[in-house]
Amino acid sequence: MLLRHTPKEVKEREGLTINPAKTCQPIGAMYAALGIHGCLPHSHGSQGCCSYHRSTLTRHYKEPVMAATSSFTEGASVFGGQANLLQSIETIFAVYDPDIIAVHSTCLSETIGDDLQQITKKASDDGKIPEGKYVIYASTPSFVGSHVTGYANMLTGIAEQFAQSTGEKKDQINIIAGWMEPSDMREIKRLSKELGVKIVLFPDTSDVLDAPQTGKHVFYPKGGTTVEELKSAGDSKCSLALGCISAEPAAIGLDKKCRVPFETVDMPIGLSATDRFIMSLSKAAGVEVPDEITAERGRLIDVMTDMEQYFYGKKVALFGDPDQLIPLTEFLLDLGMKPVHIVSGTPGMRFEKRMKEILQRIPGANFKNGLNADMFLLHQWMKNEPVDLLIGNTYGKYIARDENIPFIRFGFPILDRIGHSYFPNVGYTGSLRLIEKILGVLMDRQDREAPEEKFELVM
Amino acid sequence: MEAMKQYPDPSRIREELVQKYPAKVAKKRTKSIVINDPESIPEVQANVRTVPGIITQRGCSYAGCKGVVLGPTRDIVNIVHGPIGCSFYAWLTRRNQTRPETPEHENYITYCFSTDMQEENVVFGGEKKLKQAIQEAYDLFHPKSIAIFSTCPVGLIGDDVHAASKEMREKLGDCNVFGFSCEGYRGVSQSAGHHIANNGVFKHMVGRNNEVKEGKFKLNLLGEYNIGGDAFEIERIFEKCGITLVASFSGNSTVGQLENSHTADLNVIMCHRSINYMGEMMETKYGIPWMKVNFVGAESTAKSLRKIAEYFDDAELKARVEEVIAEEMPKVKAIIDEIRPRTEGKTAMLFVGGSRAHHYQDLFTELGMTTVAAGYEFAHRDDYEGRHVLPNIKIDADSKNIEELKVTADPELYQPRKTEAELEALKEKGLEINGYEGMMKQMMKKSLVIDDVSHYESEKLIEIYKPDIFCAGIKEKYVVQKMGVPLKQLHSYDYGGPYTGFVGATNFYRDIDRMVNNPVWKLIKAPWEKAGNGKGTELEAAYVTQ
Repeated sequence: MLLRHTPKEVKEREGLTINPAKTCQPIGAMYAALGIHGCLPHSHGSQGCCSYHRSTLTRHYKEPVMAATSSFTEGASVFGGQANLLQSIETIFAVYDPDIIAVHSTCLSETIGDDLQQITKKASDDGKIPEGKYVIYASTPSFVGSHVTGYANMLTGIAEQFAQSTGEKKDQINIIAGWMEPSDMREIKRLSKELGVKIVLFPDTSDVLDAPQTGKHVFYPKGGTTVEELKSAGDSKCSLALGCISAEPAAIGLDKKCRVPFETVDMPIGLSATDRFIMSLSKAAGVEVPDEITAERGRLIDVMTDMEQYFYGKKVALFGDPDQLIPLTEFLLDLGMKPVHIVSGTPGMRFEKRMKEILQRIPGANFKNGLNADMFLLHQWMKNEPVDLLIGNTYGKYIARDENIPFIRFGFPILDRIGHSYFPNVGYTGSLRLIEKILGVLMDRQDREAPEEKFELVM
Repeated sequence: MEAMKQYPDPSRIREELVQKYPAKVAKKRTKSIVINDPESIPEVQANVRTVPGIITQRGCSYAGCKGVVLGPTRDIVNIVHGPIGCSFYAWLTRRNQTRPETPEHENYITYCFSTDMQEENVVFGGEKKLKQAIQEAYDLFHPKSIAIFSTCPVGLIGDDVHAASKEMREKLGDCNVFGFSCEGYRGVSQSAGHHIANNGVFKHMVGRNNEVKEGKFKLNLLGEYNIGGDAFEIERIFEKCGITLVASFSGNSTVGQLENSHTADLNVIMCHRSINYMGEMMETKYGIPWMKVNFVGAESTAKSLRKIAEYFDDAELKARVEEVIAEEMPKVKAIIDEIRPRTEGKTAMLFVGGSRAHHYQDLFTELGMTTVAAGYEFAHRDDYEGRHVLPNIKIDADSKNIEELKVTADPELYQPRKTEAELEALKEKGLEINGYEGMMKQMMKKSLVIDDVSHYESEKLIEIYKPDIFCAGIKEKYVVQKMGVPLKQLHSYDYGGPYTGFVGATNFYRDIDRMVNNPVWKLIKAPWEKAGNGKGTELEAAYVTQ
């Protein structure tokens, strides 16, 4: 057993987190900044932070992940990191020539109280930022929230520091993407195009973290939301924020700065959440939903009805990030499954409230988020009430193997499989893919473990 | 033999590498880029601060301490005191394999422990939460040892992890709790963390169990972390030769082995950079000499085994070692004979680690490949130029704040395993006793040696040299491969290995053969791109009638 020391008996813990279902803010900030065209993320802290974040993102995407660091030493930690950041800005523009440097802080620079606004202003005053280039920033202390918070903070920084209001509204809608994969962002663009809605999607990591092999390394790949698009976001009719934790703060920031009204919807994962997304987008843009999208929906429902017997009543444990877990849990219920154990390390009352509503149909379901809501607890719950399926990031494979439970990789990080960069989980098509994966692991198990006389040809 | 006949003059390449940098940066980087001459080794600037913003491969002190040195020991509960990220990123990502004695024996490597420090802990102090975490870990697992690792905020807010550890050690009674001040900002790279880890393991673990176990030829294997099962292969060879491994620092190790390690009669060192401190301290305190070895490469393995036999100076052991080499080598030779015609004459670059960029050159040599440029990520001058430069290394502010333990001979346990005269005689025979000649002596004249290579420099080097293979880590992997050049990860081995010993050498030969000769690299261009897209002639009818 790989997790042989995990006891069945659950004891309250206050000091020790074991096998976390979250990581820290800066990696989210780095990911968000990669979705801006020509942008180099910069980690204002010691080298390890940047190295760890780049390594984790690289393992997840199997793609180049470029980012720089302020390389704090003890001296900088005592005297402040201003000199390091100024030197970084100078070096980066000279050597790597980005359009934008997106600086995020770390627990180190936050603890010593470095003020990114003041330092970037000084860089600008000292003439260290070339004409037409930008240095933006976000405060992302690792001791607050989680990686999702860091994503939201950087995204808010991007919205607030770029968007401008010219006073003339444009016939376009902002879609503020919660933490999703390049494939999901590509799918959101496809669906919007299908609906005939002009959108500004930000961030957009498609064509950045799913770049083609061409024999050339393009330091700033062709994807990413452009500065022009970001500026114009202040003139958009409205914003749709996909996810209350990872996307909504940016929508609020944009509304405050440029008076762009917004609506927060769930990330379109599963049937019902995609329905709401399509409704909101068509309503906001004043367009009819075309037959092709109705047909896409129909194909999803068709499979749900065809295969309902394999889903019904199956118990599921899941862990990950709130904005994904909320619609995913709802989808599992739509499939007739029973999500009984759910944890997310990301704090927030919104998650608790939504989960309570959604899980009304499953009395006794366990869910917890925030401090000590970790995979150790999830595993203990599973020992007390076993499940038929586990859904979560790659770390779930240790539990799945020990407990012999079918397992689907979903969320961040996925370190041992490919696919998430290329095939979406959002929209009707993405949901169909999710169903295919769920059925695949459940049926593989049946095929593997059925007695010979009960081995089925047709399923 | 001279390297790079077909390449521009290396001094011109050096100029090109720094041309784009601001003047001050260029001046600094130039000192870390040198043209090798094995006859008269030039000075390399190493172990100095990285230029902020330059895009470095380097990580932090915490990574070197927790991730590298302490991570591989399976029965310690390693609690990271700090915000959640540091513990999360070091969770199982270094591939330290371990093999508990039975399915019931302890193994915490699959677990990730953290105090998940929150804002209130940063403001009001985190010691209370830390002590609570230690208590909870003890109540849950009853481990023999709990180690505490400090992350950046911990040192800044003044949490005393050593006092907290001591208090809990005394309170718990049967659990050895100790702490490391390995905050990420200490030093200039992972290297500081290695040193801090060595100090802690030496102070808190080594020497706690004096029981002398059976075995005629007893040694410790230092600086071998069992990535991809490297230590397993070395263990197999030792066992076959009749050599007793007391402890490995720290691949596939246990607390008990480390605590008993001072009963060995020799320390052999693989990764000089990360563990040389331990070798020195154990020699001073217990009288155990250390010797540099290399089990990467089949020839190097044979050579290292012969050196060990020579050290113990036992006819039976020498004969046994020769038997083992004679038994293992034909299998290796059969494979190299098949592969070498396909790899001969190809070129490699290695920018990795503090020892690997040196060790792996032996494997490339066995494949008939040339290393045109190499450098370390976090090494010091002695790893490049040899330990004879140690007295001349300037100690700067960043190194000064890493504690140097004052070690003296143990009044009871100090027992020199060899006399001075015996050691001198062994050195005469070519054994690197308490010594290391470094990487550059082995590299060709005019090859480039670059410390802490930047992203920009790596891309330039690839453009200029177009090497057949580039060796580095995960952050560089897909950048280099996007340039059409295969990259071999020498931290994680691309999830393969082992690469040590005889079996490992053949694994490496096969992997490199596959990588440099894989047909996929020739498929990158689409046929229409090769044919001048759209500019071709009309389709011609090409069918056969019967």
